[in-house]
Amino acid sequence: MCDTCGCNITPGNQHLVEAGGKLSHTRDGHESVEVLKNLLAENDHTAEHNRAHFDRHRVLAINLMSSPGSGKTALLEATIAALKDQLNIAVIEGDLETENDAARIRAQGVPAIQITTGTACHLDAHMVHKALHQLDLHNIDILFIENVGNLVCPASFDLGHHCNVTLLSVTEGDDKPAKYPVMFRAADVMVISKADLLAVLDDFSPDKAITHLSELANPAPSFILSASNGQGMQDWLDWLTSEVTRHKQRCAAFKTLRPAIQPEGAALHHHSTS
Amino acid sequence: MHELSVCLSMLDQVRDIARERDARQVSKIIVQIGPLSGIEPALLAQAFPIASAGTVAEQAELILEHSALRVRCLECDKESETQTNNLLCPACGSNNTQLISGDELMLARVELITGAEETQTPPETTFH
Repeated sequence: MCDTCGCNITPGNQHLVEAGGKLSHTRDGHESVEVLKNLLAENDHTAEHNRAHFDRHRVLAINLMSSPGSGKTALLEATIAALKDQLNIAVIEGDLETENDAARIRAQGVPAIQITTGTACHLDAHMVHKALHQLDLHNIDILFIENVGNLVCPASFDLGHHCNVTLLSVTEGDDKPAKYPVMFRAADVMVISKADLLAVLDDFSPDKAITHLSELANPAPSFILSASNGQGMQDWLDWLTSEVTRHKQRCAAFKTLRPAIQPEGAALHHHSTS
Repeated sequence: MHELSVCLSMLDQVRDIARERDARQVSKIIVQIGPLSGIEPALLAQAFPIASAGTVAEQAELILEHSALRVRCLECDKESETQTNNLLCPACGSNNTQLISGDELMLARVELITGAEETQTPPETTFH
């Protein structure tokens, strides 16, 4: 995020900017410009703008990511049904095509904006910004952003949300965190979904999935739940409601929350090594 | 899969820098990519000629620097190289580690040709 204090400099790129570095001298008529900005700086700028907008309205924004078919929309339906009397919820839905998911959410009686990305395999901060123009955030407590079902690309794009919730359904394989480390390293919370099917599946161990997550040095909490029979839902709902309270306190103190691991991770490296 | 949009975003930044400096051409773009950046370097390299066509960076050489994956252990304080799906400390096995390099997705440096065209002496016409 910071382009002036040098916090983007990591042990990996330091040599490029040190005096006498291999790129500091150029031929006549050539100019070498040190940049050290995330390749997605434009996206990150819009993401910060989105985050400020959420914080002004004291809205907790949660980015839901998973493979297609892991049950993101089903989890939202069950969550809305359980919480809509105590919290005001809104949803932004990302899909390549169709309004189907937004229609499912609207049927729960809460506002939903559908982003259809066409061929794009992820949401980015600009798409979310555009969707926010259609969404009144006054009196909203939680905004869920349901990303495009994809375990690769969405992890690279900050949307301006406050935390990443990554779903892993028990029909997928408990080694997904090891196979998709970029995605699972970005998870602030892991939800193991469709847990009602564990009874008929003998090849998924929630403990193994949690161990693989821990091997990514990710201390994120995990919830094992089923949106269809309700098992494990209460812990998830309790976490959500307490996170809403914490976020309102943060906003009142003019603070915010960023996903633990951001694409702009280099800034964290500086603080860890200083 | 998302490398083309990342490439286009990178080129937007490069174009802005070239415009600010009044450059007529970009000769080199140096990018740093870590194994946990979520970007496949080969796909980014493939997207580059398509994304840069017709831009000030059309002739530029894209240099991809690969950064190593390194963690620092907050328990034993050792720094080690490790693998993408195992960020535990290789020395003591702790999961209380911090990534110190390996998720970079960084436009490190841009080399521009800024001199006016008529004052440029192409190397093949010099007799020194």
